Amino acid sequence: MYSMSMWNVGRGRKKKGRGMTGKGELLHPGKDLSVLLTSLFLCSPVDCAIKAMVKHEQEEFPNRPDNTAFTQQRLPAWQPILSAGIVIPGFVLIGLAFIGVGVGLFITSRDVQVLELDYTGAVATDPCYKCSDPSIKNCECTMEFHLDTLFKGPVFIYYGLTNYFQNQRKYGISKDDNQLYGDLDTFKSPASECFPYGYDSKSKPIVPCGALANSMFNDTFRLYRMVNGSKKEVPLNGKGIAWWTDQNVKYRNPNETPLINAFNGTVKPINWPKAAYELDTTDVYNNGFINQDFLVWMRRAALPNFRKLYRRITKDEYQAGLPAGNYSLEISYNYHVLSFKGKKKLVLSNISWMGGKNDFLGIAYLVVGSLCVIMSIVMLIVYAKFKFPEED
Amino acid sequence: MISPVHAWVLTRFRGNINIYMGNEPVSRSLASQNLLLRGATLKNTEYIYGVAIYTGMETKMALNYQSKSQKRSAVEKSMNAYLVVYLCILISKAVINTALKYVWQSDPNKDEPWYNEKTETERQRHILIRAFTDFLAFMVLFNYIIPVSMYVTVEMQKFLGSYFMMWDDEMFDEELGERAVVNTSDLNEELGQVEYVFTDKTGTLTENNMEFIECCVDGNVYVPHVICNGQVMPGAAGIDMIDTSPGPDAREHEELFFRALCLCHTVQVKEEETVDGIKHGIHQGKSSSFYISSSPDEVALVEGMKRLGFTYLRLRDGQMEILNREDEIERFELLEVLTFDSVRRRMSVIVRSSTGELYLFCKGADSSIFPRVISGKVEQVKARVEHNAVEGLRTLCVAYRPLSAEQYGQVCHLLTRAKLEFQDQDKLVAEAYDLIERDLILLGATAVEDRLQDKAADTIESLHKAGMKVWVLTGDKMETAAATCYASKLFRRSTQILELTTKRTEEQSLHDVLFELSRTVLRHYGGMPRDTSSGLSSEYTDYGLIIDGATLSAVMRPSQEESNSGNYKEIFLEICRNCSAVLCCRMAPLQKAQIVKMIKASKEHPITLAIGDGANDVSMILEAHVGIGIMGKEGRQAVRNSDYAIPKFKHLKKMLLVHGHYYYIRISELVQYFFYKNVCFIFPQFLYQFFCGFSQQPLYDTAYLTLYNISFTSLPILLYSLMEQHINIDILKKEPSLYRDITKNSLLTWPIFTYWTVLGIYDAIVMFFGAYFLFDNTTFTSNGQ
Repeated sequence: MYSMSMWNVGRGRKKKGRGMTGKGELLHPGKDLSVLLTSLFLCSPVDCAIKAMVKHEQEEFPNRPDNTAFTQQRLPAWQPILSAGIVIPGFVLIGLAFIGVGVGLFITSRDVQVLELDYTGAVATDPCYKCSDPSIKNCECTMEFHLDTLFKGPVFIYYGLTNYFQNQRKYGISKDDNQLYGDLDTFKSPASECFPYGYDSKSKPIVPCGALANSMFNDTFRLYRMVNGSKKEVPLNGKGIAWWTDQNVKYRNPNETPLINAFNGTVKPINWPKAAYELDTTDVYNNGFINQDFLVWMRRAALPNFRKLYRRITKDEYQAGLPAGNYSLEISYNYHVLSFKGKKKLVLSNISWMGGKNDFLGIAYLVVGSLCVIMSIVMLIVYAKFKFPEED
Repeated sequence: MISPVHAWVLTRFRGNINIYMGNEPVSRSLASQNLLLRGATLKNTEYIYGVAIYTGMETKMALNYQSKSQKRSAVEKSMNAYLVVYLCILISKAVINTALKYVWQSDPNKDEPWYNEKTETERQRHILIRAFTDFLAFMVLFNYIIPVSMYVTVEMQKFLGSYFMMWDDEMFDEELGERAVVNTSDLNEELGQVEYVFTDKTGTLTENNMEFIECCVDGNVYVPHVICNGQVMPGAAGIDMIDTSPGPDAREHEELFFRALCLCHTVQVKEEETVDGIKHGIHQGKSSSFYISSSPDEVALVEGMKRLGFTYLRLRDGQMEILNREDEIERFELLEVLTFDSVRRRMSVIVRSSTGELYLFCKGADSSIFPRVISGKVEQVKARVEHNAVEGLRTLCVAYRPLSAEQYGQVCHLLTRAKLEFQDQDKLVAEAYDLIERDLILLGATAVEDRLQDKAADTIESLHKAGMKVWVLTGDKMETAAATCYASKLFRRSTQILELTTKRTEEQSLHDVLFELSRTVLRHYGGMPRDTSSGLSSEYTDYGLIIDGATLSAVMRPSQEESNSGNYKEIFLEICRNCSAVLCCRMAPLQKAQIVKMIKASKEHPITLAIGDGANDVSMILEAHVGIGIMGKEGRQAVRNSDYAIPKFKHLKKMLLVHGHYYYIRISELVQYFFYKNVCFIFPQFLYQFFCGFSQQPLYDTAYLTLYNISFTSLPILLYSLMEQHINIDILKKEPSLYRDITKNSLLTWPIFTYWTVLGIYDAIVMFFGAYFLFDNTTFTSNGQ
């Protein structure tokens, strides 16, 4: 036991520094001592010799600059020499590669199915024309469409708006982030950015305040498949359509149960048909400020023509997609866009490995690739014309 | 107590001192010989009593201090011009967007759609106030187009880049153990823009390492040792007589000549090893004592005498001791020293030999000695002096005058009267000297060589090839300087020399000479197009101009009565512009600066570089755009006042052709890139305003806006601007003409700047619309978002 404790002392001291030769360390035999000896008899003389050499050199020319590749600017470098022999084949190769990628992207993009249904009702023949008058409330209209082939799943449903400036700066900042984070103090006094959507005409605070929340898209859709003359509803999945960070980090409901208590003394936004705590009464995690539709709307679009994810079709027999046949879309039309010459549409789309339908990338690749090939041909002609006579 | 003589007049001082012994004050007058200026060394005495009279900012040094003006490089100037352009772009962008905003908002449905109504106060605000706030908001939005961080990066690049110059092993001199010193990092790129090089001769082009070559007594030439195939034969340290053996008369002159050189100097013998100034061992084996003097010529002369058998031992108790050829010590009593000054260009001593005879020995420039000579073999000596001057040797003439006791009495009288005079003392002393130093008998002449620096010719040739005009400014006489210029290839054999000297202006009027020269130069240039067919024409166009200080001051003199005095300057500049090399001899230090100033102010505003080693070059170094100091023998003043200091003249080649070239390329790319990247960054923001209703919506996140300049984009370009070598170092050194590609700030001209800006805008458009079409209503994630 005694020797054991001494050993411990030695270890403890050794950790503090090798130079310390405490009693404990001396008592501990073997490895440590040999290390100590090595450091004394092997390392030090070499160190001394190096130091002496350096010192000697310095004494000769104390001012002499270091002769290293860095200080003498001799670092290795590589500089391509662009001769015709390299550039022309290079251009051809790059061009062919780009064309290859472009063709691939273009075909992929072409295979993506997109169905756009404009239901604005701007023209009298449209089924929703009757609803386009802002004075009509709770208007319902139905659009029918036909699918010739299977619409491969997973199918996504988007609503699209045009000429709608969600990216207006004043509009975009017209919200109270603290309020949307569940800070009850701001329920009573919304931030000044929200004005004129901060208080209603009776000076009651609006929650959620601001133009952005107030203008939330509130059309709803139901999709029916016509099977043997009868309507069969296609189940729409509204989960996971918002950004994860929005749902879990940026937005939070006030810490009150039931949620309605938090909204005492406040009013709902002027344009909303129901209050925030009534957005989805069936699911606590989809209600209030973390309602998926609300979150999708609050995530602003960058451009004036945009579409936002509404639902996904992932359930039941529709996992593989929407089978060919007739469909009926029932719209409850609440959102008016004609005043600012906007349009509304419903978009059905699926995706490929490269995302949604976008011909641009494929076309861009094809154009650049063909330009490279054309340039290489031009260079070859120039090269042939001016190079070869010289050799004769 | 001190009379207020203007403090900046260094050469004059007057005052009284009252010494209280008991109660009676004893008044003594003080003159400049009682004044010790800063840097004076104590000689021949252990201590002195002194009173500090000027301190701090009142010292003559502080009063004479020419405040170093901030030197700005051409790159910085163009940077500022670009900034103004970008400011205009910024303002115009903001104005365009503000205007478009109100055009766009004229439709009320766009201005105030139902989903985004304004508050009452906003509606009631006056349209001008709204427009102004919008304008300011756009300014804030687009302000990142001004590359503020460029200054930080540029400074860092310059600072770090200057280390590469200090680190350059090729600019390290083993002899001195010194490397290049960078005193300012602001001018790295200016080294790549130099058009005029003004160089000092002594110590810069030459080594300032004087060596006694020969002396000539009455036309008989003496060489201290035989030189065989460039090797010194130590055994033959006797006198070699090249000419005929001298007669008895000549023999007497010879003895006098050697004694004169041994006596007529201000050389001190220093016994210790550590001394300031010039060191030379008296004895080969013992290095315990040295000759020191303010002038290296004198040391060379005294050493040369030692090799010829007459060794100056020391000055003891007013007795100068000489060890003559027979190893006997001869003693001469030193009676008077008529010190050297640059006006007289000579000095004299009056000594009494041990036999009681009185002599005045005088030594000085040939031009100041010959007019005062009454006898002696003037013709032979003159011929030899001219011969030596053409060889590039520094020549001095020696003469003497035997004085009778009576004459000496007069001399003493003259001198004491002059020195006691309180007013106009200097003038009287000069007059007295003038009276004393006359009726001289010419003894002979000496020749001292100042060897060219290593690779000086190569460097000058490279500078010429690089398109720089090299001017040599020297205080030496014309022939000596011209010989050096030929040796250093400043003038080639094919160079046509134009002379603008006092000799010529004495014959014709300055006016005529100037016009004639300009006609010569211009006629030739007018005829150039026809001559270009012949291959030699380019060689033939080489003109070299030689001008001396007196003529130069006549050219530059601003005379009111003559309306065409400005013309002189113009014509002179015109001539200079067409000369590849100019030699200015007999220059005063201030004139050197004047020349630099004149060229700087000429209408092309060329970039000038001045290089020198001595205190007399400081004014020129301070005046030029780039001042380079050589770590020479004449102290460190030039180095301290310079922007860059190099150990030897040859290092100038690498400094300009390699470092200057690189840093110019690097910094110009750096500057252009900075403007480019900011356009690239901010222009999409401008484009975005068209898609967000001109509502000042920023396209980027704030963090991104802040960090873009500071961290995302500054480091790569900084590294590039430190490391870039578009051409190999060796090629740059081998082909000096590559330097011509970058002259006149050629990489920062408006077309290139426009190119970069347009490139930036193009890239911005590609990026913006690329992203616009790529992200246009499509899905990115597998869950449909």
